[in-house]
Formats: sequence, C-alpha cells, structure tokens
Amino acid sequence: MNIKENSIKMIFLASGLLSIFILLGIFYLLFSNSFPALRDVGIKSFFSRGYWNPTAYSVPQYSILNIIKGTFMVGTGSLLFAVPLGVACAAYLAEVASPREREIFKPIIEILAGIPSVVLGFFGLVVVAPLLSSVFGLPNGINALNGSILVGIMALPTVVSLAEDAVSAVPQEYRHASLALGATRWQTLKNVTIPAAFSGVLAASLLGMGRAIGETMTVLMVTGNALAAPSSFMDSVRTLSANIAIEMGEVPMGSLHFHSLFVVGLVLFIITFIINLLADIIFDRYRKGVSM
Amino acid sequence: MEVKARKSLFVCGVVLLLILSLALAGCSSAPGQGEKVTGDAGEGGQQDPGKGSRSGAVMIQIKGSDSEVNLVQKLAEEFMAENPQVQIAVTGGGSGVGIAAIIDGTIDIANSSRPMKNEEIEKARANGIDPVPVRFAVDGIAVIVNEKNPVGTLSVEEIGAIYRGEIKNWSAVGGANAKINLFGRQSNSGTYVFFMESVLKGDYSPEMRNMGGNADIVEAVKSDVTGIGYVAIGYTKEGDSIRPGLKVLNVSQEKGKPGVTPVELSNITSGAYPITRPLYQFVAGQPQGALRDFVLFELSEKGQEIVLGQGFYPLSDADREFNKNSLK
Repeated sequence: MNIKENSIKMIFLASGLLSIFILLGIFYLLFSNSFPALRDVGIKSFFSRGYWNPTAYSVPQYSILNIIKGTFMVGTGSLLFAVPLGVACAAYLAEVASPREREIFKPIIEILAGIPSVVLGFFGLVVVAPLLSSVFGLPNGINALNGSILVGIMALPTVVSLAEDAVSAVPQEYRHASLALGATRWQTLKNVTIPAAFSGVLAASLLGMGRAIGETMTVLMVTGNALAAPSSFMDSVRTLSANIAIEMGEVPMGSLHFHSLFVVGLVLFIITFIINLLADIIFDRYRKGVSM
Repeated sequence: MEVKARKSLFVCGVVLLLILSLALAGCSSAPGQGEKVTGDAGEGGQQDPGKGSRSGAVMIQIKGSDSEVNLVQKLAEEFMAENPQVQIAVTGGGSGVGIAAIIDGTIDIANSSRPMKNEEIEKARANGIDPVPVRFAVDGIAVIVNEKNPVGTLSVEEIGAIYRGEIKNWSAVGGANAKINLFGRQSNSGTYVFFMESVLKGDYSPEMRNMGGNADIVEAVKSDVTGIGYVAIGYTKEGDSIRPGLKVLNVSQEKGKPGVTPVELSNITSGAYPITRPLYQFVAGQPQGALRDFVLFELSEKGQEIVLGQGFYPLSDADREFNKNSLK
C-alpha cells in the first residue's frame, strides 16, 4: 500500500516537473539559438532605428522596433474590441441570464475559440477587409484594424469566461447590501459588482492580450505585413509571430538570419511571459481580496 | 515519515537530473546534429524514385515556387495519366522553401523561379546532393493595376522607383492624384528576389504590403484602385482573357519608348518584354528512371503545349541549350 501510494505520488510529481522542464528547455533553446545573432549583430541593432530587412539588396537591417510596435497595436487594438464586449457578455451571463439561457449561450461562445485561425483569416480577407475599406473610405482594408478585430474575436471567449468567473465570485452580500439600499439591478451591476470584480476583469483582459499577441495565422493573412513603422490603425503592420512564420520556412539552418529569427521569438516569449505573469499576480491578489 | 520524505526527494532528484541531462544533451549538440540529420534524410528520404519502391509505385516529391505550383501540378497530372505507376506530389510555399527542402534532402525536385545561389549549391553539396538545374518554362512577370487606373504604360525604371518608394503618387507617372499602394511578395518568394534584383536593383520600400502568394496580390489589386502589384503572367488570366477588374501594364525598356505587353507570346519570345525569366526546377542529382521521364516530359512538345495552355511561355533555344548542358 505504502509503495503504491508513493509511486503514484512520484508519477504525479514527475509530470509536474516535466512541464517545468519543457518550459526551461524551450527557454534554453530560444536563448542558445539567438545567442549567435546577438553576438554577431549586437543587441543594439535589434532595437535601433531602421526596419527589419535581413534579405536586403544592399545592407541587411535587423531592427524589430516597428514589428514590436505592430504587435502591440494589434494586441491592444484587439482588447479595445474584446474587453467591452467580453465584459458586457460576462455580466449578462453571470447576473442577468437565467440558468437555461446561460446553458445555451456559454457553449456557443466557447465554439468561437474553436474556429481555426486560418478560417478566421480568410473571413478577414473576404468580409472584413472590403467592409473596412468602404466604411472608412480606404483603398483597401488590409491593415492593423482588420487584424485587431479578428484577434479580438479570437480573444473573446477567453475574456468572457474569465470575466464571468470574476463577476460570479463577487460575494452575494455585496449585491444584497446594494439592493437593500434601494439600488436597481443595473445600478448594482454598474456600481458594485463590476467594480468589485475589476481586478479579475483586468486579469482576464491581460490573458486575452497574451493570447492575441501570440496569434499568428489570422494576423499574417490580414495585416499586410509591411515593414514600415505604422502610424495609425489604418496602416499595414507586421507582428513578431507573423514575421517568424513568414521567414522561418526559407532561411538556411544556422545562418545569421536563422538565429536572428530566434531573437524575435525570444522577444515574443518574454513579452507574453510578462503579460501572463502580470495577469497571474493580479488574479491571485483578486482571489485573496474576495475571500477576505 | 521523515525517511519517506527523504526517499521521495532522492527519487525526484534522480528524475530531475535525468531530464536535465537529456535536455542539455539535446540542446548543446543541436546545430551539428541538425546538419547531420538532414544529410541522412537526404540519402534515406529520397527513396530512389528511379528504381521505385517495393510496392511498385514510384513517388516523386516536388516543392517550391508559388508561381510554378499550378503549372507543375498540371504537368504532373498529365504525366500521371500516361504513367499510372508514378505518383507525383506537388506543393508550394515559395522558391526559398523549395530550395531549403532540396538542401535538406527531403524532396526530389525543387521548383524555383530564381537560380540557386552559390552558397545554397554548396550547402546542398555538403549534404551529398548535387542539384541539377532544368529550365522548363518561361515566365513574364506582369505588373498589374486596377482596371479603373488610367495608367497604361510604365518604364522599368519607373516601376523600380515606385517599388523602392521613390515615386509615391500616381500623378508622377500620369495617373490620378493618389498615394500608390504597393503589393509585393514575401522574402521566401523567388519572384520577390527576382523582381528586387532585376527591376528594383535596390531595396523594397518598407511600406510595401507583403502578400502570401500571387493570387493574394491579384485579389488585392482587383479591389484597390490605387494598388500596384507584380505576379507571374499565368495568374493574370482566366481562360484566355485577363481577369475582370485587372489591368496588365505595358512595360517599356526606357521612359518615352513604347510599352510592350507581356500578354502576347511574340513579345516574350522576341525578348521585347523587359521582365522575363526562365522558370527553374532543381533535381536532386542527375534524374534517373521515372524522375528522368517526368523531366523529359516537361521539356517535350506536349509538355511545352501544357506550359502555354497554363498561361506561361515555351522555352527558347538558349534555354534548351542550357538544359542540354546540365542534363547528362
């Protein structure tokens, strides 16, 4: 009995450790493969003026500033789209909807998460792009806004389900107190429940952004991938993940270009890591705050 | 209790070390090992298409240029209809992808709309693969604009200046007062490289939108009145006529000279149209058996008729001479 229990304990421990080591292994691989580029090109040239052009006709350039800017534009743009919609949806599900309605709505929203990104990208090219160009009077709709809307749609299920958890976790006493003071249900939701769930909602948004920043295929298809610095959401942008996807297939293994793509991957990894960490910290605080 | 805890600590320490050493071994030898693995795949993965595998069917793997993929697919279909024992798989991805795959030894033929660079040939040889170049068709790169654009002719120099970002407004080349939207390919494309080296002779404007394939550029230019794009000539046609919504520009050698359209076969074969290129295939080693049959089929009269039917152009005498020298 003792041996059995012990060995089962061991197996679970090993599985836990394995996932940690896979993470460490990936980090090590990213770092060791980006090292030759960091050494030969220098960290500075990745973050200096100019634009990304390792296959240049004349002088190769490795600056990823424009690409980072493009990544954040699509990331934050998608949140501007996903958060208001997602929070409203979560408030409806948690506070307004009857259990029956919730049972119908929730799975449908979750189906959104299951749409293959390439299908969504196709939708963006064929439906969203012409729509944007006619609404905003642009020559074409292949731009950062298009990417933001689509990634917003992709991040929506994440935001909805986490924000709903946060809203549901607000103690009933808060609502009862508010209602007892004569507030309407809308006033209670607006002034008590959602503010009380605020940090949970914030964490949900951050996790949604982590998802958005790593998204590749959809963005690759609809943002145009231009290398110039974008000045508005109507400009074409290239994101970190799209940049890797575009160029990884053709680079000779072991070349400087190959290693510099790993630097791009490393930067992407660090960004999403920080965002997820922040979301975790906020979520943790929020849970403790509520239970007290 | 304490003993048990210590024991479990010990065991998990061992597990930890094991995983760590595995991970480190995998990582530290990654570059050297990677090359070796790909080299092995070259010898093992090629399956000797000439001799055929055990089941009697012969499998030929072709990968690369997006400009060539439809054409080679059609050639392969016709060839397979005559030779049912041969199976040919044709995939795209871009010339760079095909060349990377032939260097790694995972395919039999790389489609490429640009010649292989010397360093690429050396890399392939280092892996034990000697790429044999074959020219199997001629392509005019069409410069396309929207049907509603009044501009009808541009010189090579003007096109270069537009793509380098030096000319930004259509009014500078006789069009409406509107910003020019550039559409081009991604750096894995042979057309991208060819256009850069023979028309731009400089770097692309960073404002150019990098599209995934010829068809994406055609779609974009069809809906963008201020757009300009460049595609393999076969992609501008639907049957015998130009796709609706699209205009193929006449291109002149120098500004002021009359423009020449790539749509007429005679302009390509006479060399009057300035932006033409041979389309290449790189065979992994001198082709034998079915692989050789397929290459010869492409170069045959029937193969060249298919080339013409797909909107590309047949080989010139110089191209045939080139093939004679490389196919032994």
